[in-house]
Amino acid sequence: MNSDTINHKAAAIRAAILQHEADIEGLDREIGDGDHYINMKRGCEAIVGIAPELEALSAADALNKIGMKLLSTIGGASGPLFASFFMSMGKTLKAFDNITTKEIALAFDAGVQAIMQRGKAQAGEKTMLDVLIPVSTTFKQLVEQDKSAKEIASALKVVASEGLDSTRNMLATKGRASGLGERAIGHLDAGAKSCQVMIHSVCDLVLSN
Amino acid sequence: MKKFLNNVDHMLVESLSGFATAHADLIEVQFEPTFVIRKQKAKNKVAIISGGGSGHEPLHAGYVGKGMLDAACPGQVFTSPTPDQMLAAAEAVHADKGVLFIVKNYAGDVMNFEMAAEMLSFEHATVYTSDDCAVVNSTYTTGRRGVAGTVIVEKCVGSLAETGADLEACKTLGEKINLRTSSIGAALTSCTVPAAGRPTFDISESEIEMGVGIHGEPGRRREKMREADAIVSDMVAAILHDIEAKQLPLNGEVLLLVNGLGATPLMELYLIYNTAAKLLKEKGFTLARSLVGNYITAIDMAGASMTVCLLDEEIKQHWDSPVHTAGLRWGV
Repeated sequence: MNSDTINHKAAAIRAAILQHEADIEGLDREIGDGDHYINMKRGCEAIVGIAPELEALSAADALNKIGMKLLSTIGGASGPLFASFFMSMGKTLKAFDNITTKEIALAFDAGVQAIMQRGKAQAGEKTMLDVLIPVSTTFKQLVEQDKSAKEIASALKVVASEGLDSTRNMLATKGRASGLGERAIGHLDAGAKSCQVMIHSVCDLVLSN
Repeated sequence: MKKFLNNVDHMLVESLSGFATAHADLIEVQFEPTFVIRKQKAKNKVAIISGGGSGHEPLHAGYVGKGMLDAACPGQVFTSPTPDQMLAAAEAVHADKGVLFIVKNYAGDVMNFEMAAEMLSFEHATVYTSDDCAVVNSTYTTGRRGVAGTVIVEKCVGSLAETGADLEACKTLGEKINLRTSSIGAALTSCTVPAAGRPTFDISESEIEMGVGIHGEPGRRREKMREADAIVSDMVAAILHDIEAKQLPLNGEVLLLVNGLGATPLMELYLIYNTAAKLLKEKGFTLARSLVGNYITAIDMAGASMTVCLLDEEIKQHWDSPVHTAGLRWGV
């Protein structure tokens, strides 16, 4: 992985988020406060906007820069959470000269851990982590089994969608819907949805190569 | 959506520029990163800094000035500001006695202020406000939200800081007021976030949202619309229940704040006040201080919130002390 492929992924993520505006915004209107899509869009635009700067950097430095940019651009809860994710990914990759799928899985896991720490949240609380944690666990397992990038991408798409669906019947104890009690049951979490959308877009890129 | 608007992306900058010009005697607005500071930097005091999403005006920028905040960091509409804003504001206003952040207990605000605090190089502390008693199940949730009680915390802690009190004392007073304050809101309509262009939630003519938050996030329950006295009576009951649950006295002097959420006229707010004051008196409270008006809004939502703060001599003294800001002004 290098900063060029990171820019490709960023562009794909932006396109996917814009394409899912209605879904993401609809979910946030049901059990959130209606700003999630706008914040995701602002973050994506900012990262695509610094693509030329990222080109000159190593993958580790580019990911760190993405984190810093998101931190000063998004605000809300998404800003610090996604910033912690990318900065932590960057920090992990800094230790490796050669970055393969194995190192990416490690870095992804470190990023998910950083989100858990910053948000003081776990799986099962009706948040983005209900997509990210199972994706990270499966990612590590498949890498250990020496699966190909395409096999991993196909599997992670399924896990991401299952994770999203699992938020439907959860009570929200963290995040946007945590004030709602029983009323949040029956609704998907908007943050989990945008994570599922982003993971699908990156996996689709891997599958199309 | 029908709003006074040129370009949705420029709305915040245009509004803050107008605010800066209108109150040029009191404040200055900086951009990139965005923060609002007093015209005259204060010396020898703890710097009091707050911030949060825009759309709640006059909170927080309207409370920058003598006797209240040293700086405010406005975020995008309903979106918490970013750590670079707090860092720049802290750099601009700190006066060697430390920085106190006053933060409404919302996940985004908490995380962004936390990250800023981690990067600050000088002494700092944070008071989290969590006066909203609509969120009942607080043991299992992120916790109660900070709403209109924040105005009382900012006013009184701001007053204490002016006396030269240290960081610990300011934090202690802020936490005491937060504990002694309970709020609940009710919405008649949704609000419309300009960038979204349509109402955040659907609500019919015959319904209200009881326990609504200041972003139009749903509250306790959807109810049938009833006459005002019945709604107010439920709001007072929720507050009394909260005071009791906190094992605080159900008597003594109180400050009653009836706050408009943006599109409810003063006529209705005073009508609410009338009933709430009667009910509180019947219960044994003395209405020692009052505030009625739009002090923390939810853009264009029709609705109101009610806040009761149990006073003591210290809180009363700091509530009464002079304040000179765009949003609150007395004794000057």
